[in-house]
Amino acid sequence: MSMQGHVTPQKMHFSEALPLRSGATLRDYTLVYETYGRLNAERSNAVLVCHALNASHHVAGTHADNPKSVGWWDNLIGPGKPLDTDRFFVICINNPGSCFGSTGPMHVNPDTGRLYGSDFPVVTVEDWVNAQARVLDRLGIRQLAAVMGGSLGGMQALSWTLQHPERMRHALVIASAPSLSAQNIAFNEVARRAIVTDPDFHGGHFYAHGTVPKRGLRVARMIGHITYLSDDSMEAKFGRELRSAELAYSTQEIEFQIESYLRYQGDKFSEYFDANTYLLITRALDYFDPARAFGGDLSRALARAQAKFLVVSFTTDWRFSPARSREIVKGLLDNRLDVSYAEIDAPHGHDAFLLDDARYHGIVRACYDNIAREIGA
Amino acid sequence: MSNRQALELIADLVPQGSRVLDLGCGDGALLALLRDRRGCRGYGVELDDAKVLAGVQRGVNVLQRNLEEGLSLFEDNSFDVVLQLDTLQNLRNTEDMLRETARVGRIGIVSFPNFAHWPNRLRVLQGRMPVTKVLPYQWYDTPNIRVGTFADFEILARKNGLHILDAFGLHEGEVVKHWPNLLASTAVFRFEHR
Repeated sequence: MSMQGHVTPQKMHFSEALPLRSGATLRDYTLVYETYGRLNAERSNAVLVCHALNASHHVAGTHADNPKSVGWWDNLIGPGKPLDTDRFFVICINNPGSCFGSTGPMHVNPDTGRLYGSDFPVVTVEDWVNAQARVLDRLGIRQLAAVMGGSLGGMQALSWTLQHPERMRHALVIASAPSLSAQNIAFNEVARRAIVTDPDFHGGHFYAHGTVPKRGLRVARMIGHITYLSDDSMEAKFGRELRSAELAYSTQEIEFQIESYLRYQGDKFSEYFDANTYLLITRALDYFDPARAFGGDLSRALARAQAKFLVVSFTTDWRFSPARSREIVKGLLDNRLDVSYAEIDAPHGHDAFLLDDARYHGIVRACYDNIAREIGA
Repeated sequence: MSNRQALELIADLVPQGSRVLDLGCGDGALLALLRDRRGCRGYGVELDDAKVLAGVQRGVNVLQRNLEEGLSLFEDNSFDVVLQLDTLQNLRNTEDMLRETARVGRIGIVSFPNFAHWPNRLRVLQGRMPVTKVLPYQWYDTPNIRVGTFADFEILARKNGLHILDAFGLHEGEVVKHWPNLLASTAVFRFEHR
């Protein structure tokens, strides 16, 4: 049950073009966002939450028309929760290129009058951060109390500290990494090939053909899902459990529960997620690498940062392992920045950042308590 | 080393405004004291979940790491003072840790239980391992896997080229200057590397 209550998504339209890293621009775009809590008179208690690959602006609470639509980080954000919306004004913005309402591949390209499809410009983490900053400009928020994100959201929080160091006080970077590893990129590439080679993909213009590359999306989700879980948690949840009492000796039918689970996850995902968005977001993940402009030296890249950091990793997360978080910590230490680092011994793999763990939530709560004291919220 | 008096004694050894690293920082009490009284900034390293949380609640920087895995997060001479209070005796690689402490800081301050304190000696003479306030464990469940004496540390420090700036004993919150190897339950050393 959510304690946040009902929340209504809002829209903000931008007629001024957004210049993108690639050199392209995004013009005439709309961003969807949600807010929780109240902005104080000093406008000092705003916290920006950045979403990851599969998620949206709907981070907490429920939508009035759907009581089951609990926000994806509702266990962490709400009245009395670790990020307490009685004290903080929380904003979550759906990034451009996404498929949850903000301008994306399913929308009309003002240059052609046709749906963008695969013509939607490639967007990067840095582009998203700039798009988010414009929303804050409009809301009259000059400085954020904090920016927080997990996974790809953590990359945005990190990027915020480099792109707009003076506009934020704290960064909470959870289950994230300073860049993808070759293995991470490899998994992304398998997912993209599954989508692109689906005959229903039609080079990304499948909307015009009235098709959806569901087969590709299903496989993409299945492979993604494997990387979110730990070996142990998959073993504990499914083991070698069979769907029926007897073996069917079939190569095509579902025999093991894990197969059934992955197919179910794939089916569900293919019903609501856009294939072009999946390609765009996995590419944004691949490209993120703030150290690249500094010869691979992350410490030099982080020299611009001024925020106080909380970095959290989970011991069984092999997608964004603790070693990757420690790279961030090392870079911050080299720049003598304030940082606390928690390595939570949780069994759930990468997914742990979305789950309720007393040690993890305790640290996040303590961090926000300190921020609240600092800003007098 | 949780004793407030002892903490303040140690804090007095840290110059005003130092950059400090507290290895095995516990609940962060010393870091908070150094921040509030002596204008120091820095980090603590701690493994225990509850203590890491307590440190974050105090608003000090805590890094959750196992000291057995070394100090590769920290560059050479990146701190003015590295503190290692009441943890050295819990580590397998005591000597490596001491060298690492000297590597990352200009000045090191360590404290550990002095096994040669006279009640311990008496107990050993009686044929039993000591169980005291400072060494409260039985031989079979003690986390103090490297028991040493005040005199032993002087030898280890010399072997590793460390120059001892200060050495004294502590007992029940009081400094023991005379015969610390016999009369102090805790040994304290302040050193620099040459």
